[in-house]
Order: sequence, then structure tokens, then C-alpha cells
Amino acid sequence: MTGMITLAGVTKAFGAKQVLQGVDLNIEKGQSVVVIGGSGSGKSVMLKSILGLLTPDSGTIHVDGTQTVGLSRRDRAHIDANIGMLFQNGALFDSLPVWRNVAFRGLQDNTLDMQAARDIAVTSLSQVGLGPELLDVFPAALSGGMQKRVGLARAIASKPDIIFFDEPTTGLDPIMTDVINHLICDCVRELGATTLTITHDMTSVRAIADKTALLYQGRIIWQGTTDELEQSDDPFLNQFINGLAHGPIEVEGQTVEATVTGGT
Amino acid sequence: MQAIATIGRFFLGFFSQTGLLTLFIVQAVKALVTPPVYQRLIGQQIMRIGYYSLPVVALTSFFTGGALAIQIYYGGNQFNSEAIVSSIVALGITRELGPVLGGLMVAGRVSAAIAAEIGTMRVTEQIDALTTLSTDPFKYLVAPRVIAATLCMPVLALVADIIGVMGGFVVGTQSFGFNAAIYVQQTVNFLQPDDVISGLIKAAVFGFIIAIMGCYHGYHSKGGAQGVGRATTNAVVASSILILAANYLMTSLLFSA
Ligand SMILES: Nc1ncnc2c1ncn2[C@@H]1O[C@H](COP(=O)(O)OP(=O)(O)OP(=O)(O)O)[C@@H](O)[C@H]1O
Ligand SMILES: [Mg+2]
Repeated sequence: MTGMITLAGVTKAFGAKQVLQGVDLNIEKGQSVVVIGGSGSGKSVMLKSILGLLTPDSGTIHVDGTQTVGLSRRDRAHIDANIGMLFQNGALFDSLPVWRNVAFRGLQDNTLDMQAARDIAVTSLSQVGLGPELLDVFPAALSGGMQKRVGLARAIASKPDIIFFDEPTTGLDPIMTDVINHLICDCVRELGATTLTITHDMTSVRAIADKTALLYQGRIIWQGTTDELEQSDDPFLNQFINGLAHGPIEVEGQTVEATVTGGT
Repeated sequence: MQAIATIGRFFLGFFSQTGLLTLFIVQAVKALVTPPVYQRLIGQQIMRIGYYSLPVVALTSFFTGGALAIQIYYGGNQFNSEAIVSSIVALGITRELGPVLGGLMVAGRVSAAIAAEIGTMRVTEQIDALTTLSTDPFKYLVAPRVIAATLCMPVLALVADIIGVMGGFVVGTQSFGFNAAIYVQQTVNFLQPDDVISGLIKAAVFGFIIAIMGCYHGYHSKGGAQGVGRATTNAVVASSILILAANYLMTSLLFSA
């Protein structure tokens, strides 16, 4: 296994619903990979499979050389320690103030004392464009975009080698989006981190991706660099990046509508 | 055929639930006895589970002691003496009503709160976030609550005992004109340490049940706000029924010999 993260033949179903149907994806060390795909196509499920929060039905996932599918939490502790994750909806601990959220990992494993934790929190918050006045605020008192940015600060606070971003810029204004895009680039360039980002935002894709992969019907149906992305004449990809309702990708609501009219 | 399928589904569901619960309890107990121990969190939970339950438990017990005294007094003319009323109130409260009613009140208050909190953390992915941040949810969420509830319930039951006996005393001396000194004397003479201790042991078990049920239903909740609501209801119902069943079982074990 050469890559930092390698998925091979990963499948996952929920009951009768086949979500992942054989995902193959390779991410090199220090690479920034972006996964795009329609809403409900299984992008978050793929991330959670890599994180071991969901167990794939079949296939293998190697992280930093270790096969992780089916590993117990204890057996993958050394991997978890090096991963940062931004959840799609933030998933901040609402019983803890912002600074305890951001420095959570360091406080838990006792590598940080209170003062050091607050300092780390200030630094990480400033990287996502938030000021120290938020340190003692509870997450419920923050706006959606601010929660997302605190989640980002938490994901990067411990300077992990691998960082996952699930829709980091959704719900942010254009300026903040640009700040976050730069932040993700910095994580890769300066910290040498390997990142996997999920996004719907094509400006983000162009700004941060070394490689882009399109997830459709449970498989990666296209992958390539940003240049290849612009030049590609793949009809699926074109429909997706240009945001067209008509094309080879079926929009679920429309098929249903068609059947209904056809039936009556 | 339909009936058999339904019965089959019921039992399958029942056994998979039981299996899931057993697994949950094993994991919880394992988390209790292995480091790290989060003292800050245990302290927090002792405040929330124990301290804030005091008024509820005290009031319940006071009125129950009073009502018990009235029942015994009017239950028959031959019972209406200081000796009989005081001893039956003391026995009933310390052995049964203090721990059981206290347990049921705390079940309503605490297991609901635990299920709602952990359930919300489940559906908003906070539990997933804990896991990715290398923190075991059983150690961080379940263990502190189980420890706090198991430690606090006996203390609450002891408070219930004292206040329940006081309830009987107040009714006896105010309504029935019992002699206060004799009433107290009778209670002290009659009550054996075992009466109180058996009640406290029961209470500790009830505390364990309350916390486990709250955590279990919260931890396995799914489906947004509705799912959390369902988890909360199930936690209260399950812990109440289990408290009564465990009480019967423990009473027959402790007192049949
Ligand atoms: N825990 C679960 N139980 C049952 N079904 C699930 C579960 N998690 C995800 N799914 C289903 O899997 C599919 C993919 O979900 P996922 O969250 O991965 O989508 P997504 O690609 O991240 O979409 P979005 O861009 O909207 O976030 C959805 O149809 C969803 O209903
Ligand atoms: Mg998603």
C-alpha cells in the first residue's frame, strides 16, 4: 500500500438501501483530495467508514499502512490520535464552552494544562477567523457558521497528520469561504497534512484540490486533477460541476414525477 | 401463520434487545473499573443526580410517611397506639417505601434527563465526535453517571427514611395526639440496623438501574427529536419497571432467610 489512505471495494448498505457499492480511492501522503457528489450519495458515510464510526459490509480501508476495517477502537487508537475531523453539522459538545471544545483532545489525554489549552484554543480560533472573546461562550449561543468554524478549529487544533472536512464551507459567506479554503491549503502545505474534503462548492474544489473524485451511485466514477476536471468531457462530471438539472445523473424527484405522470 | 410470524418477531426483537442491553452493561462495568476516571465529571453528576433530587425525594417521603400513619391509625382500633403506628411507619418507610418511592421519583427525574442528554448527543453526532477525539463514550458519559447514581441513591434513601419517619411523627403527634417522646422512643427501640441497611442496598441497585437505563436508551436512540423523545419515555418506563421487579427480587432474597 503506497497511499496514506486507501479504500478498496468498500460497500455499505442500510437495510435494503445500497449506499456504497464498491468505492476505490487512493490518497497519497500530503495530498488534498476533494470528494464531490450529489446530496445523499454517501459521501459522509464514506468518511465515517474511514473513521471507523461505521463498519463497511465488505472491502478494505488502509490508513497509514494499517488495515482498519473491523479493528477495535483500542487497536486503532494510534491511528485515531493522528486524525482530525470536522463533522458536517459541527457536532460540538454543547455542555462545554468553546475553548474546552477546541482543545478537547489535549485536555483529555492530559498533554495540555488549562492555560496551554486556552492558548491553543485562541490560536486555532484565530486561524478560522474567530476572536478570543468566544472562548467561554457555549456552542448553543453561536450562529451556524460560527459553530462550523469552531468545529474546524477543533479538527486542526492538535495538528493531526490526517484531516477530514465534511462540507467545511457550507453556510459561510464568500469571504469566510475563502479564508477557510486558504486554511485547508495551509494545513496541507505548511503542516504537511493529508486532507480529504467533501464539498458542493466548486470554488473550494478549484482552490484546494490536488485531486477530485466524483461519487455517484455508490462508486467513484471519475477522478483527476483540477486541470483534468476543467478539460474533462465526462458527461456526469460536466453536469455536476455546471449544476445542470438535465443530464445523465437522474435527479430523484424528477424520476418520481415522470413515473407519476406516466402512470396516470 | 401470521400469528406465528408476529410472535416470532416479538421474541427475536426481545432477545436482540436483551443481548444489546447485556453488552451495554458489560461495557459500562468495564468502563467503571478501568482508568481513566474523570473525577470532574463524576462530581458534576453527583450534583445533578444527587443534590438536585433531594427536594423531590424529601417531599415524596414526608407525605408518604404521613399517609402511612393515617392508614395504620384508622385501619383498626386495635392498632391506634404510639407503639404500633410508629413501628409500622418506621418499618414500611425504611424497608420499602423510602428506597422504592425515592427510586421511582429519581427514575422519573434522572433517567429521563440522562436519556435526553445522551440521546441528543447521539443524534447530533457528538458521540461520534467523542470517539474520533480518542475518548471512550462509556468512560466519558456512561461511567460518571452510573457511579454518581449508584453512590447518591443510598444517601437519598437515607434522607427519605429520616423524613418519612418524621412525616409519620408529625401526623401522629399533631392529629392523633401521640406523645412525642414515646413515639420517638418506640421508633428507636423497634428499628433494627438491618431494616435501614437493606433499604440502602436496594437503593444502590436502583441507582445503578436508573443510570444504566437512561444511558442505554439515550445511547441507542436514533431518528432526530422524535427518537430522543422515545428514548426518554422508554428510559423512564424501563427503569421504573426494573426497579419494582428488582425490589421484589431483593426483598425475597434479603428477607426470606
Ligand atoms: N445511520 C444511517 N442509517 C440509515 N441510513 C443512513 C445512515 N447514514 C446515512 N444513511 C443513508 O445513506 C445515504 C447517504 O448518506 P450521506 O450522509 O453519506 O450522504 P451525503 O453524500 O453526505 O449527502 P449530503 O451532501 O447531503 O451531506 C442517505 O440516503 C442516507 O439516508
Ligand atoms: Mg454529508
